[in-house]
Amino acid sequence: MSSERPPALLAALAIVGVAFFILPLAGLLARAPWQSALGELTTPEALTALRLSFVISLAATALALLLGVPLAWIYARVPFRGRDLIRALTTLPMILPPVVGGVALLFAFGRRGLFGQALDAIGIRLPFTTFGAILAATFVAMPLLVLTVEAGLRSMDRRYEDAARTLGAGRWIVFRRVTLPLIAPSVFAGAVLCWARALGEFGATITFAGNLPGTTQTLPLAVYIALETRPEVAIMLSVVLLAVSLAILVAMRDRYLRAF
Amino acid sequence: MLRAQIAVRLGTLDLDVAIDVAAGEIVAVLGPNGAGKTTFLRALSGLVPLDAGRVTLDEVVFDDVSTGIHLAPERRPIGVVFQDYLLFPHLSALENVAFGLRARGASTKNARAAAESWLDRLDLGPYKEARPRALSGGQAQRVALARALATEPRLLLLDEPLAALDASARGAVRRDLRRHLASFDGIRIVITHDPLEAVALADRLVILESGRVVQTGSPAEVTRRPRSRYVADLVGVNLFRGIATAGHVALRGGAAIQSADGVDGEVFATVHPRAVALHRARPEGSPRNVWRGHASALDFQGDRVRVGIEGEMPIVAEVTPAAVRELDLAEGGEVWVSVKATEISVYPA
Repeated sequence: MSSERPPALLAALAIVGVAFFILPLAGLLARAPWQSALGELTTPEALTALRLSFVISLAATALALLLGVPLAWIYARVPFRGRDLIRALTTLPMILPPVVGGVALLFAFGRRGLFGQALDAIGIRLPFTTFGAILAATFVAMPLLVLTVEAGLRSMDRRYEDAARTLGAGRWIVFRRVTLPLIAPSVFAGAVLCWARALGEFGATITFAGNLPGTTQTLPLAVYIALETRPEVAIMLSVVLLAVSLAILVAMRDRYLRAF
Repeated sequence: MLRAQIAVRLGTLDLDVAIDVAAGEIVAVLGPNGAGKTTFLRALSGLVPLDAGRVTLDEVVFDDVSTGIHLAPERRPIGVVFQDYLLFPHLSALENVAFGLRARGASTKNARAAAESWLDRLDLGPYKEARPRALSGGQAQRVALARALATEPRLLLLDEPLAALDASARGAVRRDLRRHLASFDGIRIVITHDPLEAVALADRLVILESGRVVQTGSPAEVTRRPRSRYVADLVGVNLFRGIATAGHVALRGGAAIQSADGVDGEVFATVHPRAVALHRARPEGSPRNVWRGHASALDFQGDRVRVGIEGEMPIVAEVTPAAVRELDLAEGGEVWVSVKATEISVYPA
């Protein structure tokens, strides 16, 4: 690749752009209490939030895989009336303010919600439970997985599936033994993006599942609460989230670009 | 016995063919790109639904549009070697060959054992655990053949089996393929655009052009009596069509030629380029067919030159470079053309 000298104006604006992202990170790192870092991170509240965040984000990713891969397959392979509309509806949480998603979940599955009363009658309560937090995270994060997997399905060479069928494989075996292995990179990329989004989830979770330590208080919620009372804990939790996110982005950069 | 009547409309392609293939026969379906060859193969495989027609293999009905029968691809006793082979990239050569047996219900152990013996039979013993990307083109083709044969199909379909190979490897792989095809006793259909491949591999040629069968016969019959411009170009002869009356052939386009063959009615006439003589002035003597034209293209091929002649009767002549110099031939230059009546082969259209 040949390097090109950029026009001065472009270079200057690009530098401002980089600074805009770097400076807040620098502020965070500069204020981090590095001497007492381990102490701040190993407080019971912090450890609980950390553990809960991983449980909820991984469970949300598993749920998104279970429901999202079939959905992506339908979108990529089955043309039906209204497909574009349905796809838009299931993608909406990506651009919707998460708080709005949380409110919508509350009025659907809350105790006084459209379906919540029926669920309540059979003894299922979702709001303000860990499972509710998992649903909130899945709601906002699954569209990333669906879009990534759908792109993978659309770009794969479908003639491999034809070859499998002439060898005697029915549709399910074709999916399990040919399609799925061939789109594995896309599924993996989608799952990582989904997990990262679920890990950072805040708005829908606090609205639908509340902020109960040990039950629904995930890392981002703990950061928000700690900022008022113990800023050094908030900073260290933020640094942890930052490190995890950066690691994901660096590891994913090729796949991320390829999927979109 | 395969009986296939297949009508498929797909985009701009209008495929409508009827082909019968006897047990044990090797047929090559030869045609230019876009003729519908691959669609024909996909229709036989069940991967493309028919718009009309009926396909049966012995007593098994694959398709019958009139009664709504369509046997799914996975339920047809067929083996397909696809263009580019389409070996599953995430599986080893052995797992690729075992795939069909596993899909048809064999245990892992039995499928692996059968796959191993197929790989050994095709001289692929050392490559059992190799991934497809580590195989050469010729090896990949043999794995694809083993994969297709492992399920013991009664109909083997091969789509451009040599097209993915380097020209340097093609000859050896073609000889191998010929040997392996000979050891399989079911019906074999090879789809190809390469006449050499078709002639080398098949007992019978089916020429497919624009979705229609234009000619079928042994390689010798087809090359001796081309029935389309495509086949004539493949064989390298001049092809004309017209109406013959006692040796006088009135061609489409107004010109006429004299032939020594006594066929009447709608005919094809062929002239080999070597039989076309060129002169600077109107020739004297016996040739019955003499006309004037312009040299439109000079194509130097080693010790021969193919000269395209335009005029009332366009034709291609093949002469020596020395003749080109003697005739002072240049593109656009005037030239007289003569062909002996005995050099014109005429046969019914």
